[in-house]
Amino acid sequence: MKKIKNQISKIKNSGYKAKLKRIIIREEYCMGCRLCEVYCLVQHSRTKNIIKAYKGEYPKPQPRLIVEEKGQISFALQCRHCEDAPCLEACITGAMYRDEKTGAILCEENKCVGCWMCIMVCPFGVIDRNREGKKVISKCDLCIGEEIPVCVKNCPNEAIVYEEKK
Amino acid sequence: MAKRPPPTEFIIERDDEKCIACQVCVRMCSNDVHSYDAQTDTVFSDSGKCVGCHFCETICPTGAITIGRNPSEFKLNANWNAQVIKNIIKQAETGGVLLTGMGCDKPYPIYWDHIVLNASQVTNPSIDPLREPMELCTYIGRKPDKLEIDYSKKEPQLKTKLNPQLKLETPILFSAMSYGSISLNACKSLARAAGEIGTFYNTGEGGLHKELYKYSPNTIVQVASGRFGVHKEYLEAGAAIEIKIGQGAKPGIGGHLPGEKVSEEISSTRMIPQGTDALSPAPHHDIYSIEDLKQLIYALKEATRYNKPVGVKIAAVHNVAPIVSGIVRAGADFVAIDGIRGGTGAAPTVVRDNVGIPIELAIAVVDQRLREEGIRNQASIIAAGGLRNSADVIKAIALGADAVYIGTAALVAMGCSLCQSCYTGKCNWGIATQDPYLTKRLNPDIATQRLVNLLRAWSLEIKEMLGGMGINAIESLRGNREQLRGVGLSDTDLKLLGIKPAGEAW
Repeated sequence: MKKIKNQISKIKNSGYKAKLKRIIIREEYCMGCRLCEVYCLVQHSRTKNIIKAYKGEYPKPQPRLIVEEKGQISFALQCRHCEDAPCLEACITGAMYRDEKTGAILCEENKCVGCWMCIMVCPFGVIDRNREGKKVISKCDLCIGEEIPVCVKNCPNEAIVYEEKK
Repeated sequence: MAKRPPPTEFIIERDDEKCIACQVCVRMCSNDVHSYDAQTDTVFSDSGKCVGCHFCETICPTGAITIGRNPSEFKLNANWNAQVIKNIIKQAETGGVLLTGMGCDKPYPIYWDHIVLNASQVTNPSIDPLREPMELCTYIGRKPDKLEIDYSKKEPQLKTKLNPQLKLETPILFSAMSYGSISLNACKSLARAAGEIGTFYNTGEGGLHKELYKYSPNTIVQVASGRFGVHKEYLEAGAAIEIKIGQGAKPGIGGHLPGEKVSEEISSTRMIPQGTDALSPAPHHDIYSIEDLKQLIYALKEATRYNKPVGVKIAAVHNVAPIVSGIVRAGADFVAIDGIRGGTGAAPTVVRDNVGIPIELAIAVVDQRLREEGIRNQASIIAAGGLRNSADVIKAIALGADAVYIGTAALVAMGCSLCQSCYTGKCNWGIATQDPYLTKRLNPDIATQRLVNLLRAWSLEIKEMLGGMGINAIESLRGNREQLRGVGLSDTDLKLLGIKPAGEAW
C-alpha cells in the first residue's frame, strides 16, 4: 500500500506540475481598481492598443477574468487551470485541452461547439461565453506568448502574483 | 450672495481622446471626484473635491488625467494673496480652526540650500567608496567622558562601563509616526525596512500593535503626553525609549486622533475605548520642569533596568539650546530635535506654519552649546524636520547631529504626494488612513522595498560625498563645520550656524 502511495505521489509531482506557474491571489492587497480587467481586455483585443481596443473595436473585446467584490474584499479571479479540471472531462468535443508545456487549460476554438458544458461545471465561474461573435467559450489562457500574464504584470499593488505552486 | 462654496484648488483635465472610460479613477478616488455616466459612457470629474493627491493620475492606464492648479486668479496682492483670501473664506464658512497635514510649506529660507560642502583637491586625497571601506555606522547613546583600560592582564581590558547604545548601519532613522496617524501596513513597512537596513523606526504615541512586536529589535517606543499604549511589555519591546515633549509641526500643542479613526485594533493598541477621541494633552501633566523630566527619564530607565537608551524629543523653539542642555543634564541618552518643517498627521495650519525654528539653526546652536558646556558626549543628537535628501543629511551631521530622523521622505517613498490632507483620513495611497478599503492599497512588500531602496541610495550618496571630502567615516564629519560654507547668508546666520562664508579658506 505504501509503495503504491509513493508511486502515486511520484507521478503527481512529475511532469508539467513541477513547471506549472499559477496566478496566486493575495486579496488582502487588491484595491479593486480593475486594471487587471483593462489589461486583459487589451491583451485579448485585435489591435492590442489600449485606446483602440476600447474605442475602435466592434464588437468590444472582453476580458478573460472577473473581479469579485463584496464590501472591502475584492480580488481578480481567472481560470485556476485546475489539476483535476472538470471542464476537461465535461467537454464533449475535446476542444478543451491541457497545454503540455505550461499546464494551462486552453480551448481549441475550431472544435468548440458552444454547448456551454464547461461553463456549467466550472466551480469558479471563470469560463464565459464569447460575446465577440463566435459561439465559443472565452477563458484565461495565461496570456500565450507573454512571460507573465498581463493582469499580473500590470497589477499596481502586486495583489496577484505569478508563481510556481508550492 | 454671502454664501460661497469652498474655493477650488485643483483643476482636473481629462483628455477625452485618451480616456477609455474604464472607470479605474472612479473606483479609486476616496474623495468621490470622478463619476461615470452610463448613458453617455463618459467619466466626469468634479474638480472642487480634488485634494491633489495624484492617485488617479498615477493609476490611469492611458495617462488621460492631468491635475493642474486652478488658474483662476485674484487681483495680485502681496499681502492679501490667494491663500490668505481662501483661508478667510473657509473660516467664515465654518467658524473652525483650519487643519492641515505634513510639514510647514511656507517659503522660509531653507538653510540647507545655502550651505555647500567641501571636497579634496591636490593637497589631500579623496577616497573612492567603491574601492575603499567607508564607515556609516553610528551609535546613538551616552558616551563616557573617558575610557579607562586595564593593561595589567595579558589582553587589555576595558574598565569603563559603557552605556547602552543603538547601533545604526546608516545615520538615518524613521521618525515617530503613530499607528492611528498612519495605517498598520505603513507601520509594518517602516519596521521591516528598518530591520533590513539596520536602523530604527519609531512607534510615535500610538502604542505597539501586537503584529509589530516581532520587529522590536528595530523599534524605538515613544512615551508621549497621552501615555497611549504604554505598559510593561511595550517598554520592554523597544530597543530604546523616547519621551515625546514636542513635535516640529505643532510645538506647544497636543494631538487629537478623532474618534472615527479609533477602530477596534487602535482602541486595543492605545488602550482607550473604541470610538473615543484620543487626546494627547499639550504638556505632560507630570512634567513642569527639567527636574520632573529627570524623574520620568529615570523612572523609564529603572523600569527597563538601565538596559536601553532613553531619549527625549522636543520641537526646535527659540530657547532650544538651553532646553537641550537641561535635557542632557536630566539624563537623556539622546535628544531628538524636530524643526519647523517637521510633518504631522493633523495640526492647526496657523501653528504648523508659524511656530518653531528651522532645524538647521537648532542643530548648530545646540551642538555649540553642548560643546561649550563640555557635555556633548553625554547625549546623541538626532535632527528631524523636513530633511529631503542625502545632502541635507550630511549637512545636518556636519553641523553637529549624530543622526537624522526622516518622516516625510519615507512617506513619499511609500507613495505620499504631500497633498497635506492626512487629517481627513481619506488617504488614497493607504498611508494616513484607517479605512480598510484604503489601507490595503499599501502593500508592505512593495513599500518595504521602496524604503530600503531610498535608504540604500542615500547611504551610497553619503559615502560618495564623504569620500570626496577625503573622510572615510561619518564619525569624522560630525560637527566638522569646516567642511561647510554658507552661500548668500547674512553674518548673523553664519555666526549662528558656525560656518564660514563660501570663498573663505580655513
